[in-house]
Amino acid sequence: MEKNLRSFFRRSALNITLCIAFFAVVSFMIKAKVLNRYYANIINLVLIYIIAAVSLNLTCGYLGQLPLGHAGFMSIGAYTAAIITTRLSLPDIGPIPGKAILFFIATVAGGIVAMAAGVIIGLPALRLKGDYLAIITLAFGEIIRVLVQNIKITGGAMGMGGIGKYTTFGWGFFWTVMVVAFTFLLVNSRHGRAIKSVREDEIAAESVGINLTYYKIVAFAGAAFFAGVSGSLFAHHICYLEPGNFGYSMSIEMLVMVVLGGLGSISGSIISAAVLTIIPEVLQNFATWKMIIYSLLLVVVMIFKPSGLMGDYELSAARIIRKIFRKKEVAPKLPENYTEGGEADE
Amino acid sequence: MNNRTERTPLVPVPSGFLMREQDVDKTPVLEIRHLGVDFGGLTAVEDFNMALGRTEIAGLIGPNGAGKTTVFNLLTNEIEPTRGIIMIDGYDTRGKKPYEICRMGVARTFQNIRLFRNMTVLENVKIGLHNEMKYSLGEAVLRLPRYWSNEAVSDNRALELLSFFNMQDAAEMKAGSLPYGAQRRLEIVRALATNPSLLLLDEPAAGMNPSETVELMNNIRRIRDEFNIAVLLIEHDMNLVMGVCDGIVVLNYGKIIAKGSPDDIMSDPVVIEAYLGKADQ
Repeated sequence: MEKNLRSFFRRSALNITLCIAFFAVVSFMIKAKVLNRYYANIINLVLIYIIAAVSLNLTCGYLGQLPLGHAGFMSIGAYTAAIITTRLSLPDIGPIPGKAILFFIATVAGGIVAMAAGVIIGLPALRLKGDYLAIITLAFGEIIRVLVQNIKITGGAMGMGGIGKYTTFGWGFFWTVMVVAFTFLLVNSRHGRAIKSVREDEIAAESVGINLTYYKIVAFAGAAFFAGVSGSLFAHHICYLEPGNFGYSMSIEMLVMVVLGGLGSISGSIISAAVLTIIPEVLQNFATWKMIIYSLLLVVVMIFKPSGLMGDYELSAARIIRKIFRKKEVAPKLPENYTEGGEADE
Repeated sequence: MNNRTERTPLVPVPSGFLMREQDVDKTPVLEIRHLGVDFGGLTAVEDFNMALGRTEIAGLIGPNGAGKTTVFNLLTNEIEPTRGIIMIDGYDTRGKKPYEICRMGVARTFQNIRLFRNMTVLENVKIGLHNEMKYSLGEAVLRLPRYWSNEAVSDNRALELLSFFNMQDAAEMKAGSLPYGAQRRLEIVRALATNPSLLLLDEPAAGMNPSETVELMNNIRRIRDEFNIAVLLIEHDMNLVMGVCDGIVVLNYGKIIAKGSPDDIMSDPVVIEAYLGKADQ
């Protein structure tokens, strides 16, 4: 126990240091205009997609279900948060601006409302498997879209404008670290093992005392919460919401990111979310070729590595450093059963 | 048959079942009365009665399609019984979910191995220890002290259980990459990790060679003696069944056609007829 604890603290310290370093470097580059607003925008968008993809990985990669309604949860989070920030205002508390507090509260609220929706839809839907679950969640996403289109408070089909541009690199990075840490710490605990056992074999899991319904709901609700969070960041990034933003094509896009990165790999989701968000931006000059390259990439990866880029492997800062510094050691022995997560990997 | 051990004789108990002498004055770990299940119009199991003493090894045998695995599925409530009562340690299991049955003390293995193949051997056993650990979701995510103490205890316990079958060295291997015999053993270890009072083994010797079967026989006895639990097994290998079981139940077409000690069963004309058919037509 002592040994595990010490190694955990050592790896955490390393990851936190790397996170802070990365954060400091990028925010300095944004401040110093090394990265102009266009690049800063892309970075924010990448972070938003990372949050959505990592959270989807929880249901898709670890729980082993096939939900197609992730954009629905994002949309719930986005509209909830946007309604809160556009209608309320908070006074500054000391040095902290009221807008920041309000944005934080709104984002958490968006997550919680999405989570509640996740539990409500999950209870009946998670009795189904595979294709049937996919269809039900797809329908759920569409229901949300049509609902948003037809109620007043969301601006209906006209969309919802006047949302403050609150999503900074800091917020995006904070929530990314949150979702990565949460997923990593959850997955490597008894609860995470229970979730993975559901993916491996439901009948066997139940026979060793795993409450299937409970753990399916836990994974589904956790994923919905962070989808809501990413929705809120998205809303305050593009500042204008319309129902079409969160169509089923967005759910599919999320799914592609997760599958491409590797089911059950947090660092895989991070990498593929980043790559798939950046590629369309970089290839804007070759707009005609964009979709071809995008699809080719998918086809090639699926043919040569069907388990995704990373499989269920995790990048670990601790392991990389160990490898660099102990190059000459023969066959380094890994004392830990669990590999380190990817907070500092991107 | 050279592997037979001394057996305590079976004695009848008031309800008409047979039981090992030493278990007679205790609550039977399993008691089944008039159990039956219909699939549509087909009656798969009918009027199934049995009781199992706390430290008994019992065999459930019968020709293919007799309904043996169905009885196991009924015991763990994977299939809801149409009629009858199942009692574990004297408690009725009606309406309980399979995971609740597991918490009541019934663990099982499967005819076609069901391991968590993409997870390590250690993780497989630790999933069996899931309910032995008590830390909550919040404690897990915040890595509070209870997480560390629980995980450390269960790590040791898992390795201890693995060492029972001499498998501690394979702890870090993927379960799916183990050889067949080791997979079967791992499934038993995982079942034992749930701290059962009754272990159900569904064809544990399937696909094993004679020497492995002898080893399995010894292991089943060791499980009974060291964990002090009852074992109910389905098996086609008669050497194993006759060698290890205290009592045997023979099932055919969903009905019990004979029960008793191995010697009774071997000489029972009804059993021989069920397996081999009638002598002269």
